[in-house]
Amino acid sequence: MLKKTLGMAVVATAVLAGQAEARDQIRIVGSSTVFPFATSVAETFGNKGAFKTPVVESTGSGGGLKLFCAGIGEQHPDITNASRRIKKSEVEKCAKAGITEITEVKVGFDGIVLANSKSTKPVELTKKQIFMALAKQVPVDGKLVDNPYKMWSDIDASLPNSKIEVLGPPPTSGTRDAFVELAMEGGAKGFDSLKALRKSDKKAFKAIAHSVREDGAYIEAGENDNLIVQKLVANPDAVGIFGFSFLDQNADKIQGGVIGGVEPTFENISAGDYGISRSLFFYVKNAHVGEVPGIKEFVAEFTSEDAFGEFGYLTEKGLIPLSEEERAKVRSDATNLTNLKMM
Amino acid sequence: MTDMAPTSSSAKSWDSDETRANLKRRHRSEKRFRVLGLTAIFIALTLLAILIISIAGKGATAFIQTTISLDVTFAEQKIDPKGTRDQEVLRGASYGSLVREALRAEFPEVKSRKDLRVLFNLVSNGSPNKLRKMVMENPELIGQTVRVQFAASDDIDMFTKGYIPRDVPEDDRRVKDKEIAWYDQLAEKGMVETRFNSDFFTSGDSREPEIAGIWGAIVGSFYTLFITFMISFPVGVMSAIYLEEFAPKNKFTDIVEVNINNLAAVPSIVFGLLGLALFLNVAHLPRSAPVVGGLTLALMTLPTIIIAARASIRAIPDSIRDAALGLGASRQQMVFHHVLPLSMPGIMTGTIIGLSQALGETAPLLMIGMVAFIVDIPGGVTDPATVLPVQIFLWADSPERAFVEKTSGAIIVLLGFLVFMNAVAVMLRKKFERRW
Repeated sequence: MLKKTLGMAVVATAVLAGQAEARDQIRIVGSSTVFPFATSVAETFGNKGAFKTPVVESTGSGGGLKLFCAGIGEQHPDITNASRRIKKSEVEKCAKAGITEITEVKVGFDGIVLANSKSTKPVELTKKQIFMALAKQVPVDGKLVDNPYKMWSDIDASLPNSKIEVLGPPPTSGTRDAFVELAMEGGAKGFDSLKALRKSDKKAFKAIAHSVREDGAYIEAGENDNLIVQKLVANPDAVGIFGFSFLDQNADKIQGGVIGGVEPTFENISAGDYGISRSLFFYVKNAHVGEVPGIKEFVAEFTSEDAFGEFGYLTEKGLIPLSEEERAKVRSDATNLTNLKMM
Repeated sequence: MTDMAPTSSSAKSWDSDETRANLKRRHRSEKRFRVLGLTAIFIALTLLAILIISIAGKGATAFIQTTISLDVTFAEQKIDPKGTRDQEVLRGASYGSLVREALRAEFPEVKSRKDLRVLFNLVSNGSPNKLRKMVMENPELIGQTVRVQFAASDDIDMFTKGYIPRDVPEDDRRVKDKEIAWYDQLAEKGMVETRFNSDFFTSGDSREPEIAGIWGAIVGSFYTLFITFMISFPVGVMSAIYLEEFAPKNKFTDIVEVNINNLAAVPSIVFGLLGLALFLNVAHLPRSAPVVGGLTLALMTLPTIIIAARASIRAIPDSIRDAALGLGASRQQMVFHHVLPLSMPGIMTGTIIGLSQALGETAPLLMIGMVAFIVDIPGGVTDPATVLPVQIFLWADSPERAFVEKTSGAIIVLLGFLVFMNAVAVMLRKKFERRW
């Protein structure tokens, strides 16, 4: 009996494994920030019935581009999402694997908010104050020293007299990259000495501007933004850093901080007034168009007014749309598969 | 010889003060130990209770769904103006407009574009798809007006369940005053109902929390575990038999044994990396497929099964083996006729425990692309699929408030499966185990 079972097992495995065939399903990898939007489009696209629902993996922007640039062929993904622009080094890596034709599609903006619990006053900070609160080393009297600030009021007398306690994403996160680049670097430029350093030695400047303090004032709360929201509610003194869509969904519990005098609202981010916002992209491998069915149609769905338009279903998910002219340009470039140009 | 003076310290009388003090101390020590033990159990039970209560408290509502009933007119000129009843025409029709018409008919006073947008959001975004399915299955619906129960949108669902309270200021509420007024109007007419959420158990993943389900993940888990079992069980049992019954005791088998024990303690992510290197990069098996997940998890489960199987084979007394050999059975006959059947309950228990470990694993699957958004229910072991714990992970990371209860709901289901599998293991052991 046992022999029979074993024999059957071997045969079954062989038959099942032999089923692999040409792929008829779009494969998407990349940023966890774009993930909720890409999945929404994928689902709508699948529901229309003409093609199978694309498979979307959340690998992070860098991880996605690495997979994307690995080569051409059905074992490699067709599209990768990114919460930043593709880097020159990545374009070169792609080219080495024979991927020379890439279409870049900008889908919209994402705001990064500093929020706290509704039970206290909203935070009101400038980028310079953010840098002073969170950098590892700050200039004091012209010299770089380890961050001495323990209380918000140490930085500026107008700020509340409470401990600096910021919950934010870990270094692996794209949100952290963008926060560091937009808020901290922006704040570092507020110091004349660092500004001068930026001109003379860009690398050294970046090392200072991008280093977040490690003495407990900045708490890495993991990639899960829902967790940060829960912790903020439990601890009214803490400030959290996460994407705008989480603020949007939890507006009854937490409030967005005012950065440089601008509130993180849909309108302000969309107009480009809010200081900490970034663009979201996806990249299409042109060589796969025609090989894997539906790529062109998927791109058309993503860039349709119903999806990434001002009142499209992606705005409900928290995407902040591009301006009307920009949308029109993106749409025509995307549907024509215009090849990426790096400046 | 009569009276030994009780002066010498080595031979104290058992009721001297010193002994009494000593006894008291020992009793106190024992009491302390018991209290410590009891406290430990109490802490463990409290933590478990907190876990279960919080999950059940958050997740119970995931099994309930708010529905809104609407009278839908399946107008022929909207669905199939030419009357051909062609499948493609039926599939491509705009069912969204049917839903919108039905909502408009219910609230004729709503006119402005902005208000209409809000009104159309009362029901789930999956509603047009539901109508499409209904018409495809039964084209005779065309031309009729039928009352259809739609899932309410996630915000309305959260509102009904009390997660979005009425008394907070309107600006901070995702459900606005207008929507509440419409909702109350519908509720008065008895068109809002809550019912058992069967969709949760029958549909695949979705970005819309109200229609997202775990069936896709359950099927994916099943295929993955099936492959895991098919590989790891025969290989594990055969290795155990060989090592216990046939292998000579020498340096080589010692090394094998030590390595198997070490493998059982290797973190699961390492097996994920191995799976990526071996099955995806060398063997070119498809990404995200249960076959790869199953093979990877089989690598992880193998040592557990080998160790359990060896232990239960070793527990069979030698008298059984000697009797069989003495009656002229070959070693192979001895193993397959006597030792293996007798040790099966123990082997099965070990296998089930190994498999339930594999069922709860996400880390190795991360590397091979099974942490993905997959809507279609997998139809085979090479289709892209995800598994239950991954589904939980993905939902826990979603911004929509309504996914909180879905997450806990899925955890309840996963825990249910684990408890069931472990109960089977216990039962097998109780029923078939023999003591020698």
